[in-house]
Amino acid sequence: MIIAERKPLEEIAAMAAPYENICVLGCNTCVGVCMAGGEKEAEETAALLRIHRKNENKSGEIDVFSIERQCEYEFIDEVLERLKGYDLIISLACGVGVQTMIEHVQSLRVVPGLNTTSMGYPTEQGVWAERCLGCGDCVLHKTMGICPITRCAKSILNGPCGGSADGKCELGDEIDCAWQLIHDRLSSFDRLDDMKEIQPPKDWSTSHHGGPRTTVREDVRIDRGE
Amino acid sequence: MIAGSNLEKVINSGNFVVTGELGPPKSSDITQLKHHAEEMKDHVDAYNITDNQTAIVRTSSIACGATLVQMGLEPIIQITVRDRNRICIQSDVLGAHALGIKNILCLSGDHQNFGNEGSSKGVYDLDSMQLLKGLKDMRDQNRFVGGDELEAPIEYYLGAVANPFADPFEYRVDRLEKKIEAGAKFIQTQCIYDMERFERWMEMVRERGLHERAAIMGGVTPIKSLGAAKYMKNNVSGITIPDAVIERLRGVEKEERKKEGLNMCIETIQRLQEIEGVAGVHIMAIAWEEVVPEIVERSGLYPRPNL
Repeated sequence: MIIAERKPLEEIAAMAAPYENICVLGCNTCVGVCMAGGEKEAEETAALLRIHRKNENKSGEIDVFSIERQCEYEFIDEVLERLKGYDLIISLACGVGVQTMIEHVQSLRVVPGLNTTSMGYPTEQGVWAERCLGCGDCVLHKTMGICPITRCAKSILNGPCGGSADGKCELGDEIDCAWQLIHDRLSSFDRLDDMKEIQPPKDWSTSHHGGPRTTVREDVRIDRGE
Repeated sequence: MIAGSNLEKVINSGNFVVTGELGPPKSSDITQLKHHAEEMKDHVDAYNITDNQTAIVRTSSIACGATLVQMGLEPIIQITVRDRNRICIQSDVLGAHALGIKNILCLSGDHQNFGNEGSSKGVYDLDSMQLLKGLKDMRDQNRFVGGDELEAPIEYYLGAVANPFADPFEYRVDRLEKKIEAGAKFIQTQCIYDMERFERWMEMVRERGLHERAAIMGGVTPIKSLGAAKYMKNNVSGITIPDAVIERLRGVEKEERKKEGLNMCIETIQRLQEIEGVAGVHIMAIAWEEVVPEIVERSGLYPRPNL
């Protein structure tokens, strides 16, 4: 899922400062599950913002509600008329949600209440680990299901580098060395020889380095001409 | 002979090779670097010039290397994959060659977070293995990484680094073999303080005959003080300093520690000369370059061969 965390309240308050009629809009899918921008967090953010503005002697109304997904037009459409009534929408969706809303309805003024951090999963309650960079050319079959592009700080395909010590990355003990993990898993499947092969340079053109990506699936497109 | 560099000649001659390290400054005034180069010029066969080491912005390795060439000295320029993509690296290699540089050492480089531009974007388009293989193919196949042909042939002598002190230990020899396959003809290791581990690694190197396919050069750094030893132990990525080394330094009077650090370095080099399959030493006397001649002489490696 997409992982995000709320921006500092001061930053949100500064974005909201010039406006009177504000809506904090939660998004109940990815960022709801990772407890950053769902219904509960939207309520909380609105409450904090009200207190903050009260302390600053600022007038205005702060409303709050949530929708299922801000990244799909159909869910936005369900509340569109209501959204149009606000001077400012503080979106607690990921960066995709914010952009979907303004692309769908140009007149909306939407600002991000979250920082989108990564694609990952919760390894334990309150901890979300990054697992995919969306490079567009998955190598997990070669690396025993552990992504070196994402989990190695240098995205090395022929690892581990000389900075790997005691299973940890040179960046710090809180980061596992992805290549140590790959090595151990290959070893347990008796496939260590795989690491002897020189992996050629990666084709980064399938990633963001090839420019912003659009995925087109002709087989599921609706031909509007018919 | 591949590139005809002095380094290559000394390695091929079977003499125990000695290289030194020069770190470019955080300014464009390279007077000191030139001075250090002059100071050790009769004592080393070639000089490594680091590439923004520890991710700190410094004068470029190639610019310093070209200056050494003008001085009649022989640089080994380091190239990391941290800051440049394949377009820039290959372009720089062409430029380095045009400037008379004949030795290239390929490495990953310390992560950018360590340096003085911690918020910079890391590149890592290629990894160090792909860099080696790419440069080898540029030379031997006359083609760039992308497959396009060079308009004229290029020659250089390629090296890589190895860290016998990194983990997983048993993989370190596989990795060395991979680097040799990818094109490395000389290998400089991370600083050796844990001789026992280094010797275990060399044993595996010999078992596979890798010492016959590339010149293995042990890396050494003389320790100047107890503080420096502790700093390296705790803060420098990839370096292992056994407690015995710290204890030995602590065991002598404070004013004697510099001397003791030097003695330890020389003992290491003497030991390296006895280990079968070790072809040379790479001396990294960072911020203590003036001791290199003494180290080389006391290690019995002076004079250097004149080939």
